[in-house]
Amino acid sequence: MSSGDPAQPRRVDRAGIVIAALLAALAAVLVWDSRGLQSTAMYGMGPEAMPVVVATGLALLAIGNFIDAIRGNLPARESADPVPVVLILVGLALLIAIIGFGGGFILATSALFVTTSAAFGRRAVLVDTIIALVMSTLIYLAFDRLLTLSLPAGPLERLL
Amino acid sequence: MIDTFAALAHGMAVAVQPMNLLYALIGVFLGTAVGVLPGIGPALTVALLLPVTYKLDPGGSLIMFAGIYYGGMYGGSTTAILINTPGESASMATALEGNKMAKAGRGGPALATSAIGSFVAGTIATIGLAFLAPWLVDFAVRFGPEDYFALMCVAFVTVSATFGDSPIRGLTSLFIGLTLGLVGIDKLTGQARLAFGVPELLDGVEVTTLAVGLFAVGEALYVASRRHHTEEKLEPVRGSLWMTKEDWKRSWKPWLRGTMFGFPIGALPAGGAEIPTFLSYSTEKRLTKHPEEFGKGAIEGVAGPEAANNASAAGTLVPLLTLGLPTSATAAMMLAGFQQYGLNPGPLLFAERPDLVWGLIASLFIANCMLLVLNLPLVGLWVRLLAIPQPWLYAGILVFATMGTIAAKPSVVELSMLAGFGVLGFLMRRFDFPIAPVVVGLILGPIAESQLRRALAISLGDPMTLLQSPISATLLGVALIALLAPFVLKGLGRFKANED
Repeated sequence: MSSGDPAQPRRVDRAGIVIAALLAALAAVLVWDSRGLQSTAMYGMGPEAMPVVVATGLALLAIGNFIDAIRGNLPARESADPVPVVLILVGLALLIAIIGFGGGFILATSALFVTTSAAFGRRAVLVDTIIALVMSTLIYLAFDRLLTLSLPAGPLERLL
Repeated sequence: MIDTFAALAHGMAVAVQPMNLLYALIGVFLGTAVGVLPGIGPALTVALLLPVTYKLDPGGSLIMFAGIYYGGMYGGSTTAILINTPGESASMATALEGNKMAKAGRGGPALATSAIGSFVAGTIATIGLAFLAPWLVDFAVRFGPEDYFALMCVAFVTVSATFGDSPIRGLTSLFIGLTLGLVGIDKLTGQARLAFGVPELLDGVEVTTLAVGLFAVGEALYVASRRHHTEEKLEPVRGSLWMTKEDWKRSWKPWLRGTMFGFPIGALPAGGAEIPTFLSYSTEKRLTKHPEEFGKGAIEGVAGPEAANNASAAGTLVPLLTLGLPTSATAAMMLAGFQQYGLNPGPLLFAERPDLVWGLIASLFIANCMLLVLNLPLVGLWVRLLAIPQPWLYAGILVFATMGTIAAKPSVVELSMLAGFGVLGFLMRRFDFPIAPVVVGLILGPIAESQLRRALAISLGDPMTLLQSPISATLLGVALIALLAPFVLKGLGRFKANED
């Protein structure tokens, strides 16, 4: 960790300030939530004490992170490509939606597989879809029949 | 001493039962296979497989977890040597020299010295574990709740602040974990904390959901976001797999020295295998008769750190089994494995379930032998796993990662939490916050809180109880020193820099 050259003021790290603000907000949420708790303990700590302790720590760390950000003390970051990240998150959202609406395990995980694979640069969506469907069907059968763990069933699973 | 041998013999009798041998074999096999995959370390391997095993019998599946743990360590070094992407920070030192050896066509001996070194170190360290554990258990039975609380404070500080790049970022990670640990129903009063009226949150944050989100989803997002930076290249294993006489001569001392670094540092609640591996690396660099080879593929630089890595893995089992104290992400996942069966590692477990504990320790010896066989002749099989194209690899990892959650709790809330922790893991990697303290905070936070509250209830609310017990007072002092040391040292460093 470099202590920085005091003669040359470094740029303020905006992301670092956002992180500090988020930590402070989290501390506030903790305190707000703990106010609804009743201390029923006769002696010692009630359930509201620990959240306040953790919130205090978070608030101090928010200050620490803020100072680091102002001084530009954060490690250098390489550029990041947002497109693949968004693609994977879309895949996760699809998975959650399909599970939520009863579409079943096979369709849900296949959607995630295809979007992730596309995020990592594959363009053969049709081939990947077939691979995904076959793989998740095999996983479903292995879990359902061999391990007797229940995975959510949808229209495809009922055909098996 | 005699007791230890008797207990170990009894444990061996448990471990060689055919079913348990099978569990150990499945464990080392899965551990190696998943550990070989780039970007997956032993912690994630255990996290991925936890939900799948909760219907199995506890003894067998703990033996399987131990196999996964050791197997993941072996597998990780294969990846480090052949494609220079260490799955975990403990393999970083191995990657330094090992990948150079592979590029120079000496990948075979590099893999061999790391496998045999891991075996030697793992065996010696497991013997250490078997003899140190009963002694520590005798000591730990005297611990009161305030002593446990103080011990956890030490673990919190060492895991997050003392050895990382930045104590502030490490502590931030820890406090995020502690916050997550608060979610759910308070066990003493039955009141809900941080649940915001969501029924799924009343049970608290599931450790596996957090770990899989942070490690698997976070890693996939991170690798995807910076795919345009680096192209990893798989080095084929060329030439002989076997070590020459010269290789043996240059390897055996680094193995033993690495073990000497790894086991004690792993056994102390000092967090992680990075320190011993880098200590071993720099020691070998200083002691070698071939200094010109360092940086170009010196076998000592693979043998030492690999031994240190495995010895510290066995070392972290000492505080985990005797005190219930996880000091690495993987140990935290092992603890979650115990908790899944309602078992709490600690002195009581040694007294109540000696068959389970000693069976587990004995099975570590067996797992080590299995791994030596699995890794030397079968290395070609594992190398083939590395040839899976990256898109399918990460797509598959994500399918497996979500599958665990879907099997355990197929709810929209739980899956959204998994995705949310994935984003958190991505951001933490991007902004260089360490991940392990979050997992340790989530697991240890609630335990530390209940120990503290118990201690205060016994002392009728007098906080001085923490300082009146000599054990607790000493440990709190250690925690304070460990917390302040990095700040003081940094200040000294700045002072020196100004002098120049």
